[in-house]
Amino acid sequence: MNIVLLNGVLFLASILLIIGLRKLSHPDSARNGNTLGAIALALGVLVALVYPLETQNNNYIFIVLGILAGSVIGLLAAKRVPMTAMPEMVSLFNGFGGLSAALISLVWLVNNNSEGSGSDLGIVLLNLFLGLVAFIGSMVAYGKLSGFLKDHHLKIPFSTVVNIVLLVIAIGLLFFLSYNGFLSTPQLALFSVLALVYGIVFVAPIGGADMPVVISTLNSLTGITAAVSGIITDNKLMLLGGVLVGSSGIILTLLMCEAMNRTFVNVIFGSFSSSKGTGAGAEGTAKEINTSDLAIQLAYSQRVCVIPGYGMAVAQAQKVIKEMEELLDDKDVEFKYAIHPVAGRMPGHMNVLLAEANVSYDKLLDLEDANAYLESTDVVIVVGANDVVNPSALDDPSSKIYGMPILDVSKSRSVVVLKRSMNPGYAGIQNPLFFKENAKMLFGDAKKSIELILSELKDV
Amino acid sequence: MSGILDFFEQHIEIIYLLTFTIFLGFEVISKIPTVLHTPLMSASNAISGVVLIGAILVIRVTDPTDYFALIMATLGIILGTINLVGGFAVTGRMLEMFNKKKRKTR
Repeated sequence: MNIVLLNGVLFLASILLIIGLRKLSHPDSARNGNTLGAIALALGVLVALVYPLETQNNNYIFIVLGILAGSVIGLLAAKRVPMTAMPEMVSLFNGFGGLSAALISLVWLVNNNSEGSGSDLGIVLLNLFLGLVAFIGSMVAYGKLSGFLKDHHLKIPFSTVVNIVLLVIAIGLLFFLSYNGFLSTPQLALFSVLALVYGIVFVAPIGGADMPVVISTLNSLTGITAAVSGIITDNKLMLLGGVLVGSSGIILTLLMCEAMNRTFVNVIFGSFSSSKGTGAGAEGTAKEINTSDLAIQLAYSQRVCVIPGYGMAVAQAQKVIKEMEELLDDKDVEFKYAIHPVAGRMPGHMNVLLAEANVSYDKLLDLEDANAYLESTDVVIVVGANDVVNPSALDDPSSKIYGMPILDVSKSRSVVVLKRSMNPGYAGIQNPLFFKENAKMLFGDAKKSIELILSELKDV
Repeated sequence: MSGILDFFEQHIEIIYLLTFTIFLGFEVISKIPTVLHTPLMSASNAISGVVLIGAILVIRVTDPTDYFALIMATLGIILGTINLVGGFAVTGRMLEMFNKKKRKTR
């Protein structure tokens, strides 16, 4: 096959990938962007299949079987996953990408009898390290998201110190091992184990409330690994794709940190451990409201606003909330949703859930618009959100979340918090909002509570 | 130390490319509306499935009698493909949801 032609196709694919990603950052063109990206990578795969190489053993049968198996699994998983499980799915896919990159390093080493120039070996080891960290980190994140790993299972003493020491050892070992131009199997095994341990120590202590940051960081890490794999196999499309993913991941990570008013270093090292609840002084009695009073109050309101959080995802309450929106719409009540950037467990989590329930996105308000809107809202319904509406962030300098921009519900006429119990939220911080003058609690499963409100509303 | 310098000399082209691409990446995705955070993340996650290309390139030069390397590389291909195909498919599904809703309301 003509090598100039193949390089041309690869060049075209690179351009398509850039345009695709560009389109992905605008709502109207996002779908085309996704398709373009897929086409670009498909072209890249085709070129990789026929590109002339020094030794051509090809092993096409393994490639074809591998791609077939992977496609079937990938498509089935993508089709079946409920939208509520998106954070888990993204973590899982991300981990697979990382492991795949690590395996590239491993196979490269086998193919080259573990020999190479110092810089070649250095890059291969770097890729192995990043790939394994991305893999195991994503698996830990997956475990936390799907609930079988709890934060308290993963307490690592002096995690910050351990983290830094391990990283220094890994970097030292990387230089030391690559210096000789040869790697023995035990050395390779030792380095791999170190990478895996580091990956666990890196992610394990980061609390559940910081999951959006963790997920986008790991995403970025897999991108960087892909870029390094591109250097190893001398493929420009991989390099480009990897760097683009890496930078988009970094941008999202920083956005998430900004939304919590914390620095990245603070999220990674100053882990937000769950037990040390602060918010002392947040004492008092919370007032309860029942569903029929709330239904009447809603029916006679002019403006109602829902603030969803992770609890909405857990209770699967998005569809009934949409029904409530429709019912109130018939009664000429204006109904909006206020979305905090870090609500949920991944960036944009609430948007996806509400979109699944067919909520139109002009009804979704982001932080700034929402805070303006809240001033003239009659009833705010907080569904399974906690820290993002915690007024301690505004007025309690001793609170861990002090300074984080929040949805300031105290400005609205009344607030109703749907919650299962008085337990503090995921970040383990007590919420003085519950004791405020204008706040009332509605205990119970969010979905059931809203269903009750719905039936009452129909009678009003 | 000389290893590092060697590296720079050998890979100067790549280093240029890498640097420009990083800037490009930040430019391309600078301002993302909140609605698109998840789709962008899931699409970029799919793009990291580009490692499939690397897995294909290494298996093509693998000795066909070296079963360990073959198995590892095949596993790499499977995992890379899941990441790539699954990632794009799930992003497509998500974006379809956004579009459907938009047509309905306007």
